[in-house]
Amino acid sequence: MSSFKIFDIVGSGMSAQSVRLNTVASNLANADSVSGDPNTVYRARHPVFQAVKAQVAGGGSASAIDQASGTSVKVKGIMQSNALPTERYDPGNPLANENGNVYAPNVNVIEEMTDMISASRAYQDNVEVLNTSKDLMLATLKLGT
Amino acid sequence: MPFSLDTYLGIHPDALKLQSKRTEVIADNLANSDTPGYKARDIDFRAAMASAGSPDAPVKMTTDNPGHIAIDPNTDASANLKYRTPLAPALDGNTVDTQQEQAAFADNTVRYQATLTFLSARFKGLMTAITGQ
Repeated sequence: MSSFKIFDIVGSGMSAQSVRLNTVASNLANADSVSGDPNTVYRARHPVFQAVKAQVAGGGSASAIDQASGTSVKVKGIMQSNALPTERYDPGNPLANENGNVYAPNVNVIEEMTDMISASRAYQDNVEVLNTSKDLMLATLKLGT
Repeated sequence: MPFSLDTYLGIHPDALKLQSKRTEVIADNLANSDTPGYKARDIDFRAAMASAGSPDAPVKMTTDNPGHIAIDPNTDASANLKYRTPLAPALDGNTVDTQQEQAAFADNTVRYQATLTFLSARFKGLMTAITGQ
């Protein structure tokens, strides 16, 4: 818990999970945004997480476990799904192409919902770790009184 | 002066240091619970405590050259930082089991608080001896 590194780790986890929640929200909001062109229709987005070693400030004197622990997480990028958009015959739609077809996004709503639950649980885990660590640090501060 | 505070406090400061390291390692695991390819780790607490507590730990590194970097024997638990045996690894190579990590975190929290209580009692004893009341 030295140098408050644990707050950096937990904070990186929380921000990564909230990016994931953001993409879920974006995917669900656009689940019905049809288009007349399969190339311009909305595509489902998903973040890619990557583990990053925390930089040890000062260097040199840090023990090996200091360098080994402190693996935070970052969002490496947002990946767009390559699944084919769904073609649907809907000539009444003003966005339909000359054949009367519209293209619906390749968003799988069920997949998004499970992703949302997973992200929110992981976020809660991180909050729990944060609260507990904070309590432990405060208790350590009061040591000997 | 024959009295040494380090000896008086015993194993508990080492235990506290190690437990706070373990908190960090478990927080790493939980933060990376959805990172592809991440392997969960934990500190082998028994082995780390054994090497922190005994003055004649099995293998010790010494510095005999000014260019060498000294290693604090109490915090160098890298040899005891081990990968967890995965129960059900995910398809993306992630081996974090959230439930297992939560349980380990709770366990570690209780142990940390116990160590704090022990230390606190030592300090209280010292204060009683000093003030004589």
